[in-house]
Amino acid sequence: MSSINELLNKRILIIDGAMGTMIQRYKLAEEDYRGTRFADYPTDLKGNNDLLSITQPQIIKAIHLEYLEAGADIIETNTFNAQAVSMADYNMSSLSPELNLASAKCAREAVDEFLVRHPERRNEPGPFVAGAIGPMNKTLSLSPDVNNPGFRSISFDEVAEAYYEQVKGLVEGGVDLLLIETIFDTLNAKAAIFAVKKYFRDTGKPELPLMISGTITDASGRTLSGQTLEAFYTSVQHANPLSIGLNCALGADQMRPHIEELSQIASCYISAYPNAGLPNAMGEYDELPSQTAHFIEEWAEEGFVNIVGGCCGTTPDHIRHIADYVRKINPRPIPVIEESLTA
Amino acid sequence: MREAINIKPYLRLSGLEPLVVRPETNFVNIGERTNVTGSKKFARLVREGLYEEALSVARQQVENGAQVLDVNMDDALLDGEVAMVTFLNQLQSEPDIAKIPVMIDSSKFSIIEAGLKCVQGKCIVNSISLKEGEQKFIEQAVICRSYGAAVIVMAFDENGQADNFQRRIDICKRAYKILTKQLGFPPQDIIFDLNIFAIATGLEEHNNYAVDFIRATKEIKALMPLAKISGGVSNLSFSFRGNEHVREAMHSVFLYHAIKAGMDMGIVNAGQLVVYDEIDPTLRQLCEDVIMNRGNENNEATEKLIAFAETVKAKGKVVERDESWRNNSVEERLKHALVNGITEYIDQDTEEARLKYPKPLEVIEGPLMAGMDVVGDLFGSGKMFLPQVVKSARVMKKSVAVLTPYIELEKSKASSAGKILMATVKGDVHDIGKNIVGVVLGCNGYEIIDLGVMVPADKILEEAQKHNVDIIGLSGLITPSLDEMVHVAHEMKRRKMHQPLLIGGATTSRMHTAVKIAGQYDNGVVHVLDASRSVTVAGSLLNQEQKPGFLKQIDSEYQKLREDFASKKTSKQYISYEAAIENKSKIDWSLFTPVAPKQKGALTFRNFSLKELIPFIDWSPFFIAWELAGKFPAILEDKVVGKEATKLFNDANQLLNQIVEEKWLDAHGVIGFWPANSNGRDSVSVLNENGVEGEVVHLQFLRQQIKKAAGQPNLSLADFICPEGNNKQDYIGAFAVSIAGIEPHIKRFESQFDDYNKIMLQALADRLAEAFAECLHQRVRKEYWGYVPQESLDNTALIKEEYQGIRPAPGYPACPDHTEKHKLFHLLNATENTGISLTESLAMYPAASVCGWYFAHPESKYFGVGKIEKDQLADYTQRKNMDAEVVERWLRPVLE
Repeated sequence: MSSINELLNKRILIIDGAMGTMIQRYKLAEEDYRGTRFADYPTDLKGNNDLLSITQPQIIKAIHLEYLEAGADIIETNTFNAQAVSMADYNMSSLSPELNLASAKCAREAVDEFLVRHPERRNEPGPFVAGAIGPMNKTLSLSPDVNNPGFRSISFDEVAEAYYEQVKGLVEGGVDLLLIETIFDTLNAKAAIFAVKKYFRDTGKPELPLMISGTITDASGRTLSGQTLEAFYTSVQHANPLSIGLNCALGADQMRPHIEELSQIASCYISAYPNAGLPNAMGEYDELPSQTAHFIEEWAEEGFVNIVGGCCGTTPDHIRHIADYVRKINPRPIPVIEESLTA
Repeated sequence: MREAINIKPYLRLSGLEPLVVRPETNFVNIGERTNVTGSKKFARLVREGLYEEALSVARQQVENGAQVLDVNMDDALLDGEVAMVTFLNQLQSEPDIAKIPVMIDSSKFSIIEAGLKCVQGKCIVNSISLKEGEQKFIEQAVICRSYGAAVIVMAFDENGQADNFQRRIDICKRAYKILTKQLGFPPQDIIFDLNIFAIATGLEEHNNYAVDFIRATKEIKALMPLAKISGGVSNLSFSFRGNEHVREAMHSVFLYHAIKAGMDMGIVNAGQLVVYDEIDPTLRQLCEDVIMNRGNENNEATEKLIAFAETVKAKGKVVERDESWRNNSVEERLKHALVNGITEYIDQDTEEARLKYPKPLEVIEGPLMAGMDVVGDLFGSGKMFLPQVVKSARVMKKSVAVLTPYIELEKSKASSAGKILMATVKGDVHDIGKNIVGVVLGCNGYEIIDLGVMVPADKILEEAQKHNVDIIGLSGLITPSLDEMVHVAHEMKRRKMHQPLLIGGATTSRMHTAVKIAGQYDNGVVHVLDASRSVTVAGSLLNQEQKPGFLKQIDSEYQKLREDFASKKTSKQYISYEAAIENKSKIDWSLFTPVAPKQKGALTFRNFSLKELIPFIDWSPFFIAWELAGKFPAILEDKVVGKEATKLFNDANQLLNQIVEEKWLDAHGVIGFWPANSNGRDSVSVLNENGVEGEVVHLQFLRQQIKKAAGQPNLSLADFICPEGNNKQDYIGAFAVSIAGIEPHIKRFESQFDDYNKIMLQALADRLAEAFAECLHQRVRKEYWGYVPQESLDNTALIKEEYQGIRPAPGYPACPDHTEKHKLFHLLNATENTGISLTESLAMYPAASVCGWYFAHPESKYFGVGKIEKDQLADYTQRKNMDAEVVERWLRPVLE
């Protein structure tokens, strides 16, 4: 799909903000999560946000619309945990295909409705629906048992299989892009990439553009699985992604040096969607929209980024501010890939 | 707007860290020892399932400079897939190994794929080839690519291995075309293995193998400049196996030429490569001839090399101390001495530097500080350990001592990163930890003013103001010191001081600091966990830009801790004191016959043999004092700190021998036993047969009040003494031991600027005191009290406390009230018998002293009293017949 490339060369694109933070505002109770269909489900379902795409689709669609109205060019499907491995927490592994399909449809409908409300937006490609492929509650590079560092709670094949099913649901639901995000274990991400490539090979469908976004967990500048940023990028470069970037764990202030480094080494577009600062003592994010936007504006002026938005704690107001602040700033130009080692 | 950046088509690999192969990279070493076909040792370890030891082979390769690790599990006796997966998974948890990329090496593709599923970084697959035709080749290449791996392509096709120049070129061109044109494989991710074969085998057709390899390398790099060239180097010298000297020389000469021709990487025994220039010229010339196949008609060159090899075979290598660093510039020598902790030449080198630099101060600010910066960086990044740093500091201090008279002459003053005042608070005598922090901070350029031990708050604050210090650091080991620290903080606020306050020492904690100390003083209170953290904390506090943010962060952390603390307080449930007594240990006293101690009253030991104590030493706390984590003796073999721990252990034993031989220290102790019964609650009446006729001493104990699970008693030490009314006379014992005479030796080390030995001596004195306590306890059980005359336990069992009976100390968790120490000292007449005195905080001086009660009942055990409630406090105050406020002060650690 060249339409998004075309737009990326013209301007900085805006990706939406937090889904969980917005869902919290609805103060949903157990019954709301269950809806009528799962009223008698044996497991507690409160907190299974991905399920809301089936039981409360109007809420998910409304949130998507808020972000689109705020200026998002890319909205993420409500599928952060919607693969079989994570869904096992709710005894809902078998629901994974349906969850992804339903979530993709929610986002798709939101875009359609937005375009009806704003026919002038039809002059450009998009807005785009990105199928969100989150990390998992099980990791491939780390042992859950400190006394047995060689132990693994899951295999590469199991992870790849769960992601394959998720990718299938998302693509069949009509997403425009795939987004592997919040990567704290690169090997899980490699399994997701493996699944994405395999899905398109198996079906013969044209490959959708793939965005990859890792997570640096602390000041040491490494992922949770211990890789430096450059090592991480090197490890996923074979995916030939549309963009590489960072999200979550850090606020924009702390993320800056890492985004700068990435912008110096990556041969594709750069994405960045930080949290609204660091959580305060109460675990809440209190960075103001203008503050977050101010940091991101500076990145844009430095020429670090192509796609920006927000992660935990960010709201449509944050996205509106970010969109405003970067509107007039040129995107990072795509690097020149040399073919020779000599200068 | 910025210009677009340019990105070069380098081969990029990754472990936890990236490895980019650039033209100027020269040569990438691929470690070969983690290969079961090449290393017998590694093969045995894997076969026996000793993966941890197998990892040490990998670590050795990394330490010796391997930049990629070749892993091969192709062994008929192994399940290769299982071995590969197990080894790679374990390897991932070793950051010092996992930092480099892995080369997954197997002739079975299923093993390769199993390996690819375990590694997050970008690997190299070794190898694929056209051996089984194009279809298989393509299939395998696609799989490698879907895991993101680079590939080694063997120069091998349907007709066999390429063994001449032209076949190598043809096969590589064909494979390259398929990979890049048909599959879109990035050309920089293709590595050709051009087959290194054995030369000098005696067969003439083998003589040109090395030349063909080198020529082919050059040609392929010209035809396909982005592709890489690799090979297994050891094959070359296969006919000289057993003669490492000649083999290493051959490898070195071969690589010298192959790298010039464009070879990018090779599988080598990292660490065994000799430098081309340093090969014996005769040997080098012989190798040149054999490798380049010159003058080799009728195997002449080969014969010569074989003949030479015979002459060196028997020699073997002599291990020589490497003194080559002595030839470097004086700056380099100073740096080397600092980093390696060598004092041997420091006086002469310092003198040389002093004459070289215009001012003596510039020697400190220049080369010495530069060296210490390196030490600081290495320590900060975990490449040096505390004992090494302390040795570096010794070198630094010695050097500075040489310069000081000249600096004084110039009446100038050394500038420092900042001034830090440190003290152990009033009533406390422990300062090993404080000394270590002082040394580490000193190493980082801070000027340290150390006021020593038992320093009252007034003195600390006056000195701080007098010297206008930048930071104040307080240390303490015993619980009453916590209160004293609160007091110091309070006083700082009253005096309107501005310096940040650092809190450290074994009883201190982040929680206590946050809840009790931080609130007393507004200009920064920070708990510092250990010496290595102290540097970053001091750095953040003295950097005006970082300081506000750092303190704000600490403040919010502590705020969170206070909130946690407040919410936890209510979550635990306590029962009434009477109910707790009701739920005491259920001991059936009718079944118990107390053993009357053989020894009545007190028995003193003066100048107890130190030699006898050595086997009783528990070394683990010794290593903890040096901030090396691990249990003794396993720590000596530890992968990370083992080497340093072993060095430290050797140094300790050397000093210990000297202490014993030269009688530096004296061990004095006293034990005693008395008839005793409890009142069925928490008091124990002790009949002091040595005291005034009929004197009875009432010991007071505290009881756990937390709500226990059904069947679990609320313990008090009094439970382990038979209550009155059972018609049984029970007994209690006590001891106090001390290692005296340390002061003159400490002074001497201080005057020699030798913190290393000073801290070592203090740590050893502590260990000896503990060993003394352990030794006497054993003799008490078997002999003086004699309640288990047949006990036979080794030291490990002693450390694990597998024996019957306990020796809890007043002020520690089972009996947290320090003031009971007065009674213990009185019963034993301890001060007179051992020379131990008690400070106002009831710490014992000398610091290397231990005291405690003896309980003999088989069910007696160690426990923590935990928090107590108001009702017990009231009862206890009454029993102690002391002022409520005073009791509360002493018991604060167990009160909410």
